[in-house]
Amino acid sequence: MNFETTIGLEVHVELKTKSKMYSPSPVAYGAESNINTNVIDFGFPGTLPTVNKNGYRLGVMVALALNAEIENHTHFDRKNYFYPDNPKAYQITQQDKPLGHDGYIEIDVDGNKKKIGVEELHVEEDAGKNTHGNNGYSYVDLNRQGTPLIEIVSKPDMHSPEEAYQYLENLRKIVQFTGASDVKMEEGSMRVDTNISIRPVGSDTYGTKVELKNLNSFNHVKLGLAYEEKRQAAILKQGGTIGQETRRFDEKTGETFLMRVKSGADDYRYFPEPDLPDFEISPEWIAEIKSTLPETASVRREKYINELGIPEYDAGVLTDTKEMSDFFDEAVTYKANPKLVSNWLMGEVNAYLNDKKIGLLDTKLTPEHLAKMINLISDGTISSKIAKKVFQETISNGTEPEEWVKSKGLVQESDPAVLTPMIMEILDNNEQSIEDFKNGKDRAVGFLIGQIMKQTHGQANPKVVNKILMTELKSR
Amino acid sequence: MISKEEILHVAKLANLKLQDDEVDDFVSQLGQIVEMEGNLADVDTTGVEPTYNMGDTNTVFREDKGIHTQTREQMLENVPETDNNLIKVPTIVDKEDDE
Repeated sequence: MNFETTIGLEVHVELKTKSKMYSPSPVAYGAESNINTNVIDFGFPGTLPTVNKNGYRLGVMVALALNAEIENHTHFDRKNYFYPDNPKAYQITQQDKPLGHDGYIEIDVDGNKKKIGVEELHVEEDAGKNTHGNNGYSYVDLNRQGTPLIEIVSKPDMHSPEEAYQYLENLRKIVQFTGASDVKMEEGSMRVDTNISIRPVGSDTYGTKVELKNLNSFNHVKLGLAYEEKRQAAILKQGGTIGQETRRFDEKTGETFLMRVKSGADDYRYFPEPDLPDFEISPEWIAEIKSTLPETASVRREKYINELGIPEYDAGVLTDTKEMSDFFDEAVTYKANPKLVSNWLMGEVNAYLNDKKIGLLDTKLTPEHLAKMINLISDGTISSKIAKKVFQETISNGTEPEEWVKSKGLVQESDPAVLTPMIMEILDNNEQSIEDFKNGKDRAVGFLIGQIMKQTHGQANPKVVNKILMTELKSR
Repeated sequence: MISKEEILHVAKLANLKLQDDEVDDFVSQLGQIVEMEGNLADVDTTGVEPTYNMGDTNTVFREDKGIHTQTREQMLENVPETDNNLIKVPTIVDKEDDE
């Protein structure tokens, strides 16, 4: 029996605001426990929520970037449940009239282009964080309680773990380039829940849906889904039935295990939030938000290829993250050659980041300094060998390249009047090399250049040296 | 009318443990309330737009400024037990990070 897989994804993305969605408490990652809380976050009786305008705006940005329709008349709803990380005992969300609906994300798996539908997007609030002790107690930090989230619900349009992976990659990239969220799985600003079912090919009803949780990376999503596909197929082949359950992925074994069996549908008793008014999202405001949407990764990529002459592969790497692409764009504004900026970012800069295992923004390198250093190479002030030294200094200590090169006396020697006598002297002392050169041994040239470099501490301009040396060698 | 099963379900959702005689009380009391509310279903609402909120305001946003309206000390004052500025609660099992 052959099976067909159906996958749907629910992705929560934290929106980058200064304050919470329904309370003015500050939002900050990694702050001291319970420092960013107030009476609203604690769910004190008599307190009232208010809606963060910027939170809603960022949500609209994400929806627009995912080609969704924006709902003009909306309101908020209560989702009721008990859990200590949410003292109100309900979450304020948008169940009835979500912020946006009917969007899509394009994916490309092995050359097959496909649109994956986005059913709807709605804003809501995050819960606090629990840590569980082994002494019968849990410990609650409500800093995260109320942090703005947008939940992006896909249509069940994906049919393989690879398609789900691509969807997530592209979603991450699109949202990141809007600037609405950091979308970092490792910091929890992007979280993924998956639903997967399989059915015999040709069947017109879906199989029983299994929910998969605790997926901490896109790779785990792919591995977890692939495991589920096999597990479910094996059960069906043996004549068994799939239970409606929630499972967790174990990253150590690569297997999924039962978390709990779902007994009937969850009963959250949604109803319209009585503490918040109705909201009219005007077409004018939507148009205004649309006009502020930053360029997408694919638009930037095309621009790099067509306008700046960057090779396709390189343009892809530069637009992999917004921070890299922004850095590149800014460096180019300092009149540095775009191809050289690209080469440095892809080469030395990436090597440095990989070596130190840090991100671009964690270094002291600025686009201005990188551009200045590249310009020093381009105008012949420093050699590319010296540039490597300058680079290490600048990226490690944030040093201004021009001043540092001057103060350290690293300016390249390009003056023939200085270089010629040195070259003559070296030739005079190396008769054997001249002989070798005449006998067709090109290695001799390398040796002679090496001598000159040694004498000038690497500061002689190799092009100028080469030219003088060749003329001189041939005339002897 | 409301069934015993529905009363037990609602009690569970509300985290309430009911004694047997209480269940019977609620079956009759809540049943009457539900029945009374059922009268609303007799009203013909064809063509009437749903009302989601009773207030006369609309589209009230707050500007995105992070401010502390209470201090942590004030917030933790009413917490029965804290540990390192965390709120200490009995462990909840079988429902881990479900939302």
